[in-house]
Amino acid sequence: MFDWLANPNRFNRISEKMQPCILLIAIITLISGLYFGLFDSPKDYQQGDAVRIMYVHVPSAWLASFLYFSLAISCVFYLVWKHPLADLISSAIAPIGALFSALTLVTGSLWGKPMWGTWWVWDARLTSMLVLFFFYLGYILLSNAFERKIDGSKTASVLAIVGLINLPIVKFSVDWWHTLHQPASIIKIGGPSIDDKMLLPLILMIFALSFFSLYMIILNVKTKLIEKKCEALLLKANLEEISKAG
Amino acid sequence: MNPKYRRLFITIFIVLTLGLATKLILMALEDNIVYFYTPNDLIEKFGDTQNIQNKIRIGGLVLENSIKKVDKKTIFIITDKKKEVKVVFDGSLPDLFREGQGIVAEGMFKNNNFIASEVLAKHDENYMPPEVAEALKKNNVWKGDAD
Repeated sequence: MFDWLANPNRFNRISEKMQPCILLIAIITLISGLYFGLFDSPKDYQQGDAVRIMYVHVPSAWLASFLYFSLAISCVFYLVWKHPLADLISSAIAPIGALFSALTLVTGSLWGKPMWGTWWVWDARLTSMLVLFFFYLGYILLSNAFERKIDGSKTASVLAIVGLINLPIVKFSVDWWHTLHQPASIIKIGGPSIDDKMLLPLILMIFALSFFSLYMIILNVKTKLIEKKCEALLLKANLEEISKAG
Repeated sequence: MNPKYRRLFITIFIVLTLGLATKLILMALEDNIVYFYTPNDLIEKFGDTQNIQNKIRIGGLVLENSIKKVDKKTIFIITDKKKEVKVVFDGSLPDLFREGQGIVAEGMFKNNNFIASEVLAKHDENYMPPEVAEALKKNNVWKGDAD
C-alpha cells in the first residue's frame, strides 16, 4: 500500500487536483478566523484584548507539535522502508514546523510580557518548546551537513526520531510540573474551559494553519521532486557528453 | 527475519529505551524542573522556612484582603489554601496582580518573611468574556481563580 502511495507520479497527479481545494479552505478559514478572532469575539475577563494572541499562539503550537510528529513518522518510514519520497516529505515538513515553533515562541513571549510580567522564564513548557524548535533546526542542519545527501538524510532521520520523546514532554509538562504556563484549556478532562465564542475563532485558525501547512508541504515536495528530476537529467547529459568525448 | 521488520523493531526498541532513560532523568531532575513550590510543598520538603538559604520561587494565590502598602513596599500573603507565606516586595507588579490571583514570586526567606525580587502573574486555563465571569460570580458558581 505504501508503494502505491509513494509513487512520485501518482503523488503529483493527486496533489495537482487537491492543491486548489486545500488553498481555498486555508484562505476561507484564515479570513473568517482572523475576523472572528480580532473583531467579533469577546475580551477575556482577566486578560482583556491580549487574549487575541491566543488565536495565533495556540494553533502554531499545535501545528509545531503535530508537524514534528509527522516528520518523525515519515523518518521512520524512510529508515525502515527506505523510500526516498518519505525523506522528501520529512525535509518538506521541517522548515514549516520550524516556522510554527518559532512563531509559538515569539507570540508566547509577546503574550507573556503583558500577562505574566516577563518575556521568558525557564519553566518546563517554555523550555521543552524551545527544545522542539532546536530539534527542527538540528534536523535541517544535519540533513545538509554531509557530502553525500543519503548520509545526511539518515543521520537527520535518527535525530528526528530521538526528538519524538520531547513531544509528550511538551504536551504534559504543564500537568507533570508546576509551570508558569497555564495548563491545557481545550484538550482536557471535563471538556474545554474556554467560552464558545472564543473557541470558534480558535478552531477556525487551527484549520487555517493546518491547511496552509498542508499546501506548503505539497508545494515543497513537488519542488524537491522537480529538483531531483533536474539533477538526474543533468547527470544523464554529463554522462552522454563523457561517453561521446571518450 | 525480514530486514525491514528488523529495522522497525530496532527503531521501536531505541525509542522506548531512550524514552525510559529520559523519564528517569526527568524524575531525578524534578527539583530543577518545577518552576515554583507552593507554600505547602515548601513545608513538606524543607520542614521549616529557616532551612531555606537559596533563592527559590513560591507560587499560589494572593490571599483576599492581605495586600498592604508600606512605604514603597507591597506586603501580601501567598496561600495554597493549606499553608501561607508572607511576601514583601519592592518593585513593579504585573497588571494581573490582585487579590485571589495566582502569582509566582522569586526571592529569599528572611526571618520567616519572603523577600521577593520578582513577582509574576499566573493566569489559569479558563477563558470567558467579562459578562460571563460576572454572571458566574453573581450566581455563586464561581470556582475561583485556580492554582
